[in-house]
Amino acid sequence: MSQATTAAPQRTTAPTGFSMFIYRLKKSLLTPDPYLTVFGVALWLFTWWLLCEGLRVDRFDKIPGPVAVFSELFSRTPFQGISIFKSEYYEHILVSCQRILIAFGIATGVGVPLGLFMGWSKRIRDYAFPILEMLRPIPILAWVPLSILMFPGFEAPVIFLATLASLFVTTLNTMLGVDSIDEAYFRAAGCLGSSNWDIFKNVVVPGALPFIFTGLQISIGVAWFSLVAAEMVSGDLGLGYLIVDSYMNNVTVPMVIGMITLGFVGWITSVMVRMLGNWLMQWHVKALALQGR
Amino acid sequence: MAQDTLNHVKETTASKAGQSKVEFRHVSKAYGDEWDLEPVIENLSVDVLPGELTVIVGPSGCGKSTIVNLIAGFEKPDSGKILLDDSLVTGPARDRMVVFQESALIPWQTTYQNIVFGPKLRGDLKGNALRAEAERLLVKVGLSEFKNKYPLQLSGGMQRRAELARALINNPRIMIMDEPFRGLDAMSRGLMQEFFLRLFEENRRTNLFVTSEIDEAIFLADRIVVLSNRPAQVREVIEVNLPRPRDYKMLSSPEAYEIKREAMAILHEEAMKSFKSGAGADFAETYGKAGN
Repeated sequence: MSQATTAAPQRTTAPTGFSMFIYRLKKSLLTPDPYLTVFGVALWLFTWWLLCEGLRVDRFDKIPGPVAVFSELFSRTPFQGISIFKSEYYEHILVSCQRILIAFGIATGVGVPLGLFMGWSKRIRDYAFPILEMLRPIPILAWVPLSILMFPGFEAPVIFLATLASLFVTTLNTMLGVDSIDEAYFRAAGCLGSSNWDIFKNVVVPGALPFIFTGLQISIGVAWFSLVAAEMVSGDLGLGYLIVDSYMNNVTVPMVIGMITLGFVGWITSVMVRMLGNWLMQWHVKALALQGR
Repeated sequence: MAQDTLNHVKETTASKAGQSKVEFRHVSKAYGDEWDLEPVIENLSVDVLPGELTVIVGPSGCGKSTIVNLIAGFEKPDSGKILLDDSLVTGPARDRMVVFQESALIPWQTTYQNIVFGPKLRGDLKGNALRAEAERLLVKVGLSEFKNKYPLQLSGGMQRRAELARALINNPRIMIMDEPFRGLDAMSRGLMQEFFLRLFEENRRTNLFVTSEIDEAIFLADRIVVLSNRPAQVREVIEVNLPRPRDYKMLSSPEAYEIKREAMAILHEEAMKSFKSGAGADFAETYGKAGN
């Protein structure tokens, strides 16, 4: 392996833009990682196929297998109504994504500052923490009736539920992020003559960032989770609605398409959050890189 | 050559009238609940004299770090006074710079950003003047090439030097070093001690240096304050009259050896006390007898 890389001409300057992407791609193809991923996915698909279509195991035979699902998904005239050539498909995705964007946006916009202040100021923590801790264990589904009573229409209750779940995770992680900052940095900043606001800007916020982004990655997952639950209970559109509606109408292929799409879109949003975090925390990324991660 | 530098040092000492002194006047400090107080410092009186490098040595856990925290203003004494040039210490400020035990460089700022952090916040040094001063210090501590690296990308010795630069740019009245070279390997530690000595001998800024290593203390100090076991009190003040600039060979001179013997005897005695009060009582009993 190492011979293959040393044979390549030595680069003296870092490649930029697209050529950087190609460089990284070439390099990663020399490691076993991408092949393991492909193998893993193939193995999983094969097991699915074997259960549902190959061996037709009892009860699994009612579930559409990968061949049925993907031929439907890429069909111009889908038998059960949902494929990548149908505008309804994109409408469901779009509606769910919009809701996630709003819910995640509100949760982050409220949760991060709240968590920062709770971590930083004992007084604010004393006010807010007990309430947060009491509300947090209430399952999102338990909020459904209340949210329908509180908000009009379909949209607002669904967004409220997704926001709520995500808000708790973000706030708590941000607060723990501030707690995790070494006392020495506060002392060093104090020595240097920083005011409280300077310390907040230069120590509290950047110091809590790694925890904040860990929290945001969890919180966007939780947002999807509670969004779909909410869409299943009260909704007119969206991926959660698609899944439960298909089930009610006894069309199982769109149901599975909905699930796969949900997984895929959720994964992409989580990657986007991670990329934003890495971009904001160069110091953290470089420190991890030194440890070979 | 050495004599030239010495004369030069004397001149700058005289011209820099901003040489400050720190006095501990009957300072006591205890931790814990009021019914279960653990005294760390009791009725401690120490002076850090202007333009001198005072080294505090003591057995581990004797309250050395508490002394640092009190001078820096991170903590307040229960009783007694801490005076910096006859005015009472009330809280942390840029006139007392601390170089901490573990690196306290801010990990999300590059070396350069760390160094300019203080002046930038206070706004007392700006633009080109700040940049020039930072560059000067970067050259001095040999980190010019690393100014855009983050602290975690630097070696332990480099981190210590960056921290020295970050303290020096604030031109403090006194530098406080809290076991600054702990955790470095023996080689970098030796190099850092020599580097630090050069830095000190250049303009003799009042310096309080805390360590648990007696060799380090003798190599650096003008005066060594040997502390007792907790609660900390002054056991002995030893003047170190080794000539400056110093080098490592002086550590094997008869004078240095004499100081070491004297200090070691006290430290050993104090360490035994703490050992006896702790879990190693049996060991201390037998070992202490055999030692005598």
